[in-house]
Amino acid sequence: MENIVRHRAVAVATVLAVFACGGGEGDGSESDSGSVPAMASSSSVDLTGAGATFAYPIYSKWFSEYAAATGVRINYQSIGSGGGVRQISEQTVDFGATDAPMSDEEIAKAKGGRLLHFPTVVGGIAVTYNLPGVSQPLRLTGDLIARIFLGRVTKWNDPAIAALNPGVALPTTDLIVVHRSDGSGTTYVFTDFLSTVNRQWASGPGRGLVVSWPVGLGGKGNEGVAGQVKQTPGAFGYIELAYAKQNRLPVALVRNTAGTYVAPTIATISEAADSAVAKLAPDTDYRVTLVPESGANAYPISSLTWLLVYETPPDASKGQKLVDFMRWMYGAGQASAASLDYAPLPGTLAQRLTERLSQIKIGAPK
Amino acid sequence: MTGSVPAQRDLLEESLPPAGPGIEGQPIGDRVYRVVTTAFAVSVPALLAVIGISVVAAAWPALRTFGVGFLTSSDWDPVRGRFGAAPMIFGTLVSSLAALLLATPLAVGVALFLSEFAPDWLRRPVSFLVDLLAAIPSVVYGLWGVFVLLPVLRDTIVPFLADTLGLGATPFFSGPSYGYSMLSAGVILAIMILPYISAMSREVLLAVPRSQREAALALGATKWEMIRDAVLPFARSGIIGGIILGLGRALGETMAVTMLIGNRHEISASLLAPGYTLASVIANEFAEATGELHISALMACGAVLLGVTLVVNALARWLVWRVSREASS
Repeated sequence: MENIVRHRAVAVATVLAVFACGGGEGDGSESDSGSVPAMASSSSVDLTGAGATFAYPIYSKWFSEYAAATGVRINYQSIGSGGGVRQISEQTVDFGATDAPMSDEEIAKAKGGRLLHFPTVVGGIAVTYNLPGVSQPLRLTGDLIARIFLGRVTKWNDPAIAALNPGVALPTTDLIVVHRSDGSGTTYVFTDFLSTVNRQWASGPGRGLVVSWPVGLGGKGNEGVAGQVKQTPGAFGYIELAYAKQNRLPVALVRNTAGTYVAPTIATISEAADSAVAKLAPDTDYRVTLVPESGANAYPISSLTWLLVYETPPDASKGQKLVDFMRWMYGAGQASAASLDYAPLPGTLAQRLTERLSQIKIGAPK
Repeated sequence: MTGSVPAQRDLLEESLPPAGPGIEGQPIGDRVYRVVTTAFAVSVPALLAVIGISVVAAAWPALRTFGVGFLTSSDWDPVRGRFGAAPMIFGTLVSSLAALLLATPLAVGVALFLSEFAPDWLRRPVSFLVDLLAAIPSVVYGLWGVFVLLPVLRDTIVPFLADTLGLGATPFFSGPSYGYSMLSAGVILAIMILPYISAMSREVLLAVPRSQREAALALGATKWEMIRDAVLPFARSGIIGGIILGLGRALGETMAVTMLIGNRHEISASLLAPGYTLASVIANEFAEATGELHISALMACGAVLLGVTLVVNALARWLVWRVSREASS
């Protein structure tokens, strides 16, 4: 057995020396699509947060821009919405982040008092596919997408798809559904949309961070699904818009409530947010979904993502720093959203949320 | 006899610790040493017990809610709060078994080549390279599997097996092949456990005495007969030990499997169908699991995996014991 140990020690040393970073063996290590510590040194971290992976790129950019502007360092761990909700409920972090709004029971379980939801950006989910012979984007309705994910449509040249896409040469190959294997806010928003447009989906798999998918392969993370769609001819899946753009995957045009076939872009996603803001109640707690949307060119599969903040933060100075950051986020920060393929919040919404920041009581006794 | 021998024996007896089991009277260094090493030795099973107890305790709500149905049901629906781990148990066992079936002949073959046929100058570099396979991180295997192995399997090997060899007619190779399947997971696991089986087998094969080999050859055996009758029986328990080691790794392997297996909650006879394993479902769903029952169900998957690993290891050790008993009788 000494030979194994000796050879393995040399082998591991060689690999480590070559890669010059702690690669290590990954079996049993935790999952995650991008859990990278945001700060190089944690010696002067002012605020800590944890949660959703969907908005991690823009949060990361904001935290570094904010640190450069004001010197306040914020550390964020993208461990997933569920993890973010758990951490803020236990008060192990200063703020949480989630892609799916918390339920009333979850809010009741938060230990630090009343937990507020603050939207940060608007995102869109692209429906993508791999059809080598087809160059123009496919047109699909929400109901058809739901039926595909229910397993009712198994071939690409199915009459339902052909009827919506006259003149497109659809192949006779199998349609291979790809969904998320891990829990995700992206799945929540997508299944929320499917539940709204198709009754069988609503009474079947329903909406959730994880659902019981009738058919299809599971990919881990947005990058897993993007990879599977890219590699498998005939694949059909859903991913965040940013991933579709960066991987240059084709994106389907989805018919919205107004009847227009809309592609996911910053403009169409913003329009979905605008129309939702117009319908907000004055005393809303902002746990709103953008599905179903209204607006002539609004993209139907859009969603907000939220920061979770206590109404009475336990630490006054940290609470003040957090409020200052959020004020900056609703002001100067929104300008950098589009560069990372997120839609900034509508101006009126950002204004309202800035005013709402005064609802956070700094230094008040609990 | 001269008088110096009794004198030497007295000196010797004085320097030894007093006979008997107690540690009283022994030098303080020896006592400390014994206590410390005992503590280390006890801490390892204690750690195992702590892990086992805490996992089962966290899993208890789910196990109590679903009972034996947790092991037999295929319905995994977090939205409705129904959890059944049967596809994952099936997938763990099948992918590990497939990996063993693929890796064992290859690994033992490599070990035999290195011990019987390879010249000295070739043995060390090739052994080193085979052991290097064990040092490659699991995620790297997964990436390589997705970008290299999967297309090769899907476009070349599976059509050959299913159509040309006609295996597509059997239930084991039926159905469409998307690449992400039990077969891909089994192949990548086979590559990952190959160095473990190979290294163990190589050590025991090299340890077989030359006299055994020469005796067989002297009796007129061919090289293959010599290996089969004189070398392999000697090395059998060691080879099985290596297989157990490899099986243990295959049962718990997470990242590479979850990237290749398709992550589908379904039991299917076909190796070309996607599947799921206990370790993959925990890796996939734990971060976002919010409901108490969901988390408990995932911990229950962990407890089941622990149980499966213990049972398989116990079975394998019993097998080794039986084999070595037969060999010695």
